[in-house]
Amino acid sequence: MTFLSVPILTFLIFFPVVASLLILPFYRRPDSDGTVKWAALGITVVEFVVSLSLLIGHNPHLYQMQFTENHLWIPFANIHYALGIDGISLVLILMTTLLMPMTVLTSWAGISKQVPLFMINLLVLEGAMIGVFCATDFVLFYVFWEAMLIPMYLIIGVWGGPNRIYAAIKFFLYTLAGSLLLLVTIIALYFVGGHTFDITRLTGQHYGMTFQILAFAAMFAAFAVKIPMFPFHTWLPDAHVEAPTAGSVILASIMLKMGAYGFLRFSLPMFPDASHFFTPFMLILSVIAIVWGAFMALAQEDMKKLIAYSSVSHMGVVTLGIFVFNTQGIEGALMQMLNHGITTGALFLCIGVLYDRSHSRLLSEYGGIAKQMPVFSTLLVIFALSSLALPGTNSFVGEFLVLIGSFRNHAVVSSLATTGVILSAMYLLYMLSRVVWGVYTPKSYGMPDLKPYEWGALLPLVVLVIVIGLIPNPVLSVFHQSVAHLVSQVQPSPVALLH
Amino acid sequence: MNFSPVNIMGTMPEIYLTVLGSLLLLMEPFVPREKRSWLGLFAIASLFFAMIATIGLNGKGLPLYQGLYIVDPFSNFFKIAIYVGTIITILFSLPYLEKEEIHVGEYYGFLLFAAVGMMIMVSAGDLITLFLGIELMSLCLYVLVGLKRTIHRSVEASFKYFLLGAFASAIFLYGISLLYGASGTETISGLAAFVQNPGALKPMVIGGMILTMVGFAFKVSAAPFHMWTPDVYEGAPTVVTGFMASVGKIAAFGVFLRVFWVAFSANKDHWTWLIITIAILSMLIGNIVALVQKNIKRMLAYSSIGHAGYAVIGLLNPSRESLFALMFYLFVYLFMTLGAFGIVLILRRKGVEGEEIQDFVGLNKKNPMAAFLMLIFMFSLAGIPPFGGFLAKFYIFMAAVHAGFTWLAVVGVLLSAVGAYYYIRVVMAMYMKDPEETVEFLPNRMEKIALFLTASMTVIMGIFPLPFVHYIETSLAILVP
Repeated sequence: MTFLSVPILTFLIFFPVVASLLILPFYRRPDSDGTVKWAALGITVVEFVVSLSLLIGHNPHLYQMQFTENHLWIPFANIHYALGIDGISLVLILMTTLLMPMTVLTSWAGISKQVPLFMINLLVLEGAMIGVFCATDFVLFYVFWEAMLIPMYLIIGVWGGPNRIYAAIKFFLYTLAGSLLLLVTIIALYFVGGHTFDITRLTGQHYGMTFQILAFAAMFAAFAVKIPMFPFHTWLPDAHVEAPTAGSVILASIMLKMGAYGFLRFSLPMFPDASHFFTPFMLILSVIAIVWGAFMALAQEDMKKLIAYSSVSHMGVVTLGIFVFNTQGIEGALMQMLNHGITTGALFLCIGVLYDRSHSRLLSEYGGIAKQMPVFSTLLVIFALSSLALPGTNSFVGEFLVLIGSFRNHAVVSSLATTGVILSAMYLLYMLSRVVWGVYTPKSYGMPDLKPYEWGALLPLVVLVIVIGLIPNPVLSVFHQSVAHLVSQVQPSPVALLH
Repeated sequence: MNFSPVNIMGTMPEIYLTVLGSLLLLMEPFVPREKRSWLGLFAIASLFFAMIATIGLNGKGLPLYQGLYIVDPFSNFFKIAIYVGTIITILFSLPYLEKEEIHVGEYYGFLLFAAVGMMIMVSAGDLITLFLGIELMSLCLYVLVGLKRTIHRSVEASFKYFLLGAFASAIFLYGISLLYGASGTETISGLAAFVQNPGALKPMVIGGMILTMVGFAFKVSAAPFHMWTPDVYEGAPTVVTGFMASVGKIAAFGVFLRVFWVAFSANKDHWTWLIITIAILSMLIGNIVALVQKNIKRMLAYSSIGHAGYAVIGLLNPSRESLFALMFYLFVYLFMTLGAFGIVLILRRKGVEGEEIQDFVGLNKKNPMAAFLMLIFMFSLAGIPPFGGFLAKFYIFMAAVHAGFTWLAVVGVLLSAVGAYYYIRVVMAMYMKDPEETVEFLPNRMEKIALFLTASMTVIMGIFPLPFVHYIETSLAILVP
């Protein structure tokens, strides 16, 4: 499939990057911010519309990679420019392209200095993130995976809050340190797996147990930092609090998913025996993340921190679902990834709306905004209810599937994880009761209701929250085959069972 | 000695450069003061001329003068890197020397002679020829480092470099004499044949080998023989620092590789651990001490020690993977180092060179292009894709894993995460803080060309290295099967 005679995946990766050059002429021209914002919005919307064609062209009955492209990139060591997607990557790509216009819209009022540079960063970042989900060559994957850090580092560090430099460096170094071990694993796989970086070929082999364990542990470092799993999560609250709203949305909704994507794409199918070996460890970390994240969220005064810790908790549900190795669990995890992307992204957008008006994120400074901003409050309540997995909203589907999946094999873990659902109701309702209802505070007085660009950012998400919540099947069917194949790959090999 | 036409033809590039360099020195008194930049252009033209001659010799693989001198694709690769690096250095020098008021014509002569010295090094087939090459290069560099005669720091650096360099040369020469005493030959191939004999490995040979290694480690500024680097890099005029750090290092690595892979490949076990020690120490000292530097030239000096540590890993195992990794690394390193020093030397605060990291604060607001180029060089030096520095490190780690030292790759990787901090600190200063100082960044045309060249090569080597990869692959065929 091609678009404008460019293969579709290549188009999706490089269109935002190349189109961002259009913004360059405005770089030093004053009063061009409006134009730049419209240009960026246009580019991201076009990107989203084009990405929808993936959904049309994708055959959900196949688990194989589709829309594949393969060219020799660097002949030495056989590195290819190889792209392809299956149902799992498709959902994540669509989520990315959907959320990018929202991040542009939320920057309409949120970003006022160096707008051209900001938009260029956003667009380059979009290209790199799509590249991560498309790459089927390990080196290419790593290039996108790391290249993503540069624009994100700048977004946090240049446009962030008062403590932005610390947060940016912490974010950069944490992720880099984790990723570099992944690099060594990739190189080791090349020599062990028959001199190739092709992910499909590397997946189809059986590796020795020692190698599997070492490689799994090294990859774990990269993915666990990204997700982030307890105890590697400490960069997340800092990064979220300091990042501008657009940065928080991208971090929470898209970048965190890449860790889970890494587990699904690499760790599980390549090292099934090691995955089983590490299961108890992973399940315990997941449960700690769920409960600990929720308790931490309860104690936060800063709304962004609250949502950041709730992300740790929700991503714990994702890792729990991944490491039960059955269809419900993994499908639930994927649903949860998608829904967390939508819902948490929306919550960050809502906090951005409040912050643009009053420049505060503290719970204590708000109260009774339901009277001032009725529409906004309604949306905020819907997103919060979705985040606490109320039946009928999108998150319910994912969490429910994960809990079913885990209950079959790990009843205790599953019941512990259920407490996370209760706790999430506590902190989210607490937040709502303080912000939406409660007594007026001086800050929340006289705030105008949603502006058109905020409508544009929030409305599509609220529709998705309800639609996916009521009819999740179309989404599930997109990745059902891919997940079924993954589950068959991750069954422990007979050799390992004997030991 | 046989001065047949074949021998003379093979050494034509060196002869051209020597003759043209001497001519340049003769012309110098006749060129008026304000036209000195003509000499620079003349030097660039000479280098292009020699480059064409070298390209004409490509692919021959000739041992000349009874094996004293080797012209093969391997040495030609290094020679072309030397030409390119020297040309870029001259492009940076033209305006720099003017601003620093040290624009003397001899500068270009010494630069050309240093380049000839490096060419002799990478082509040497004999340890004495090699020594002559090293000395020619070093003597020119001693002078160039002390070019700012009136400034204490420069003179001190020159003197330090001279004393320590003389020690290193003496140690190296002593190593050669031990090897000659044991084997009766000082050609590299003769030595290789001798080392292969069982029972040849007397303490004298091992001692000679270790002493030559010390000499090389000094020249590539690898720890623990790195002590001179920060002071000399800081004190020297910045163009000279860039030249030493990039081009000089490449030549030293070329000859390091040839001697150890050809002459001592039979007793690899004796030096593998020495190399590993040097690599780890260099990565450790380079990356960790750089963290606390405030002067960017000192920071880049420690960074170059760290990079020497990574490159040395490529020497571990005589194989295609290692050779490719090392050559690719050096080629990328040439451009990103020259580029980084280029930005440093163009940046000026109150008319003086801005060489503190503090001077970079808020550069993005004043000159976004300069900040962006520095961002490319910094991220590339840190080894972050999509820039060339990433692929360079990638191949080095691959060589380490291929040689069976996965743990060394892990150590290297972790230290490069530490190292990333000081590079992104520069990016942080440029982008995330508001300008306070009166810093200006006004490149002229020459500097713009040089920056464009270095930056685009740094990016191309990371995104589309295909033609260069092909070229390197053809150049390495001669040394390894």
